[in-house]
Amino acid sequence: MTLEDRLDELEESLEEQLEDVDGCTRSRERGELTLTVPRESLLDVMRVLRGNSDLAFEQCIDVCGVDYATYGESEWITSTAANAGFGRGVSRELPEMDPKDRFAAVYHLLSVAKNVRLRVKTFLDADRPIVDSVVPVWAGALWFEREAFDLYGIMFAGHPDLRRILTDYGFIGHPFRKDFPLIGQVEMRYDAEQKRVVYEPVSIEPRTLVPRVIREDGRYEAGWKPEPAEEAGHDDG
Amino acid sequence: MAEIRNYTLNFGPQHPAAHGVLRLVLEMDGEVIDRADPHIGLLHRATEKLAESKPYNQSIGYMDRLDYVSMMCNEHGYVRAIEKLLGIEAPERAQYIRTMFDEITRILNHLMWLGTHALDVGAMTMFLYCFREREDLMDCYEAVSGARMHATYYRPGGVYRDLPEHMTRYEESHLGDAAELKRRNAAREGSLLDFIEDFVDRFPGLVDEYENLLTDNRIWKQRTVGIGVVTPERAMQLGFTGPMLRGSGIAWDLRKKQPYAAYDEVDFDIPLGTNGDCYDRYLVRVEEFRQSARIIKQCVKWLRENPGPVMLDDHKVTPPKRADMKDDMEALIHHFKLFTEGYCPPPGEVYAAVEAPKGEFGCYIVSDGANKPYRLKIRAPGFPHLAAMDEMARGHMLADVVAIIGTMDVVFGEIDR
Repeated sequence: MTLEDRLDELEESLEEQLEDVDGCTRSRERGELTLTVPRESLLDVMRVLRGNSDLAFEQCIDVCGVDYATYGESEWITSTAANAGFGRGVSRELPEMDPKDRFAAVYHLLSVAKNVRLRVKTFLDADRPIVDSVVPVWAGALWFEREAFDLYGIMFAGHPDLRRILTDYGFIGHPFRKDFPLIGQVEMRYDAEQKRVVYEPVSIEPRTLVPRVIREDGRYEAGWKPEPAEEAGHDDG
Repeated sequence: MAEIRNYTLNFGPQHPAAHGVLRLVLEMDGEVIDRADPHIGLLHRATEKLAESKPYNQSIGYMDRLDYVSMMCNEHGYVRAIEKLLGIEAPERAQYIRTMFDEITRILNHLMWLGTHALDVGAMTMFLYCFREREDLMDCYEAVSGARMHATYYRPGGVYRDLPEHMTRYEESHLGDAAELKRRNAAREGSLLDFIEDFVDRFPGLVDEYENLLTDNRIWKQRTVGIGVVTPERAMQLGFTGPMLRGSGIAWDLRKKQPYAAYDEVDFDIPLGTNGDCYDRYLVRVEEFRQSARIIKQCVKWLRENPGPVMLDDHKVTPPKRADMKDDMEALIHHFKLFTEGYCPPPGEVYAAVEAPKGEFGCYIVSDGANKPYRLKIRAPGFPHLAAMDEMARGHMLADVVAIIGTMDVVFGEIDR
């Protein structure tokens, strides 16, 4: 059976089994199936996915957070260019967005018996990013959820041990959020006078080495040809 | 009678058996583990966040530094995710080169694992044997990429360059003697493929040497049989992949089940354990040595017979030839755009995984159509394995913790990311 056949079969079973769950949407792209589930019904859906013998997702391969705060924002605005290096056109403010869908928890499931993968996604509120923990369904999600909590501040209700995992003891903030600067907030050094390690605000400037650009002219698609230039000399990109 | 009470033991981060920077807080009841709480993150470099601030290609080098004993497999996972996002496919020769180097990497990784695991448990000789062979394989890395470890050899659309015609040789030195030099250069007279073929021909014999030392060794068996037993059901629950899952008897290998590169063209077997203890996982990995050698041999044969391009000819994604840039304006522009701005894959999300030596190494990329990934999540195989530390170590003796860390094959580059 090819991957496409297996995915067809999976779509059928999903249709059947998740009939009575409201607000589930499916999408299939590049041979991957994504199921978007409302936050409230996540745990129920996961129980079905794990327990039902037609679905049989025995493994939770990965859980991660995503912060959609700057999704689709391009950094490079040459009209406001100054002479202060590459970072000149870069805005470091968060754009306005609907706080309802800022965060997402993304689960990658694998069925060993059926040899298919499924991505389950649930969008979370920016003010209160909380979702039920899937640890009762898959024990392996324990650390993945701790990591998502640490890096994005997503809370998992019912998690037995929701501590920070990757960041330092006593770390403040959630470093993978888009409003957390890449250079961090504090730097650390050994102070010889006080004879201990001290934390201070960072002394370096944020830099942009390569600006973030989005090209919407489809130049990476097969068979694309550039449009003939009309008049030279007016290109501002 | 003296009062007996539980106490807490701090294991690592500066402990030779902690395999890097693991800090393990152990609650002990005498010499028996009550609870094990691994503290990780001491090597956290925020690779995923860094990748968000760089064009796609510039993060390939970071992948080497994740699991720094299976470098090219990490690159493969990342590059495959980008290729899936762009909807491109590397040429066939590149696929075979990747398959061959993935297997060389697997041998490299397992050698490192075997050497250190045996050293932790008390066998010094293994360490020396394994590092002897690692040296040869790192020379293959060097021949093909110029770097012994952090190769950055795989690129979206293929591999950086074709296999070299000449293998690197040891140079004459006023300290060494001529006969020794001749012996060391004996297999290096021809091309890289000749050298690799020579290596895989003698490697099964070397694996026999390792097995002579360990497989029936009484001390080795006392330290590994029945230690850290994981049932197949628990292995699935805990998200185990790779040899950790196969050691428990579940026949799951991405190379067979969801083949990528040239794995559906080559012939190999998947070894399985039965008891799910440290000894079975040892046997599984030792057999993987032999199977990897078998795959490499087939790849060498194919690569000898089938010359061809190793990189796509799509200059939106791959650099043009240096010679073309001398007299072709478009090539020059492509080169400039590729190295200053990079390429913008279409918006969407992908997950691509490879069977890395430690288990499933996956990359989840969210793209919003920009020249940098919007979000990159690296699914490191060691992460869920180490998360199971508590469950595996509970009720065992302190000395067994070392055997369990060893059998997990943890590397903190990938766990802390």
